[in-house]
Amino acid sequence: MIEVKDIFFTYPNNVKALKGVSLNIREGDFVAIMGQNGAGKTTLVKHFNGLLKPTKGAVIVNGVDTREESVAKLSRGVGFVFQNPDNQLFCETVEEEVAFALRNFGFEDKIVQKRVEWAINLLGLAKHRQSSPFMLSGGERKRVALASVLAWNPDVVILDEPTIGQDYKQKEKLRQFIVQLNAQGKTVVVVTHDVEFVAECNPRVVLMAQGEIVVDGDAKHVLTNAKLVTKASIVPPQISQIFMGLTDLGLPIDIIDVYEARDILLDFLGGDL
Amino acid sequence: MSVFEGFRFRRVLSPIHQLDPRAKFFYVCTVFVIAVMFNQLMPLILLFLIQLPFVLAAGVQKEWIRSMKGASFLALMIFLFNFLFTYFYREYPTFPPSSSLMEYSLAMTLRFIVLVESFSIFFLTTSPDRLGLALEQSHIPYEFCFAFTTAVRFVPVLAEEAQTIMDAQKARGLELERGNFIKRIRNYIPILIPLIVSAIRRSLELAEAMESRAWGATNKRTNLYVLKIARGDYILAIISIGMLVLAVYVWLFMREQIPSLIPWITG
Repeated sequence: MIEVKDIFFTYPNNVKALKGVSLNIREGDFVAIMGQNGAGKTTLVKHFNGLLKPTKGAVIVNGVDTREESVAKLSRGVGFVFQNPDNQLFCETVEEEVAFALRNFGFEDKIVQKRVEWAINLLGLAKHRQSSPFMLSGGERKRVALASVLAWNPDVVILDEPTIGQDYKQKEKLRQFIVQLNAQGKTVVVVTHDVEFVAECNPRVVLMAQGEIVVDGDAKHVLTNAKLVTKASIVPPQISQIFMGLTDLGLPIDIIDVYEARDILLDFLGGDL
Repeated sequence: MSVFEGFRFRRVLSPIHQLDPRAKFFYVCTVFVIAVMFNQLMPLILLFLIQLPFVLAAGVQKEWIRSMKGASFLALMIFLFNFLFTYFYREYPTFPPSSSLMEYSLAMTLRFIVLVESFSIFFLTTSPDRLGLALEQSHIPYEFCFAFTTAVRFVPVLAEEAQTIMDAQKARGLELERGNFIKRIRNYIPILIPLIVSAIRRSLELAEAMESRAWGATNKRTNLYVLKIARGDYILAIISIGMLVLAVYVWLFMREQIPSLIPWITG
């Protein structure tokens, strides 16, 4: 689906953001790209819809080299939700905002209406449909941005830092939503440094540091590997921190799920709780 | 955007960077005045060449060349407009256009280039902080100095934001280079609105941040750094005055004798 072949990327100010990254994202994958600030996460995903073209190497999306296709064409298949919704909202009403991309892609009016209706309901924005996006709260604005991308039903959805500035309840809703999208067969790529969020989603994790991929594997194995996690400057999830501290009791170390942890601890204590 | 690159300060140590902004500004003004005084090609070429040592001494050749490249399109427009309009106004229907017209248009273009060159040197070698300080020490009200330095400071931030917004809208299928002229201008609405909204938001936030840091609490501010005029500044000032005196002298008494470069142009 998305094939990244040994790409290098240097910004015009000579910052080398990517130094030889290879990655293969298959249809239906759920990938979390993690790493500290400046590790090259956002730079990497901006290659997926052609916003950036590699200085060296190639990115192949659905069999097409991104250098030979416009961003608009590539975006039809790869939806990108930006970190800050304020970077894209400009219409007078939420409805128009959601319809904007559909019109750009040349959908017919009837279909535009249907899709807008669908996306607005999907993200629970029905009562705000006539409001100005600028009058909504931060979380609502974020949902409008998400709706405006999901409306054209791209095969791949990229979310850049979806959890920033969201309270726990919103995050939980978002998580369920993403998991649901993925269950429906969408390929989902999340860029984040929210470890707890990733631990709860349990996706495939790609850890990046200094423009390179450190490791690519299951969340369970990656996030509980103290060495790798330190290299990418992230803190392991709280559950795995507990289990890292309990290794001398003979407990396993690769635990990130709360319920699994509960079962193991109950088992260990003889089920007396 | 490349024109602006030529005005962006980078922290480098060089004798030119060390100079007092006021001395440099005086020099830039001198160049400005001289460039406007003459409309012959010869003195403008001299004025262009005189500044090259400054560029080399400051070690900003790369940025300077970039700003010159950025200005080249405008320079070409200035040449064409001067040439065509003066031709149709004065000489039409004689053909071909006279070589003095050619010289005149070239001089106008070079005048523009000299101005860009000198301002580019000034901004490339003067940090916004020192510029603000210089304004303050020139007894300009602090409010104005602050507004000025803040504006300068936020230019790169806005440029970056504009880029992100463009990316975000492109990712929603916006094609900036599509359609006729009117359509293309309309294409920029989805970029301008978020940009303006966020600029207004940011200015409100900045105002609050400033108030919470006691902006304007005292009437008499003191500064951690104080600019002092040093020897180099006097030298630059003397060079500038010398250039100015020479230029005024030539302008008053030798204006008619400035050699024309027409034979050189026509070959």
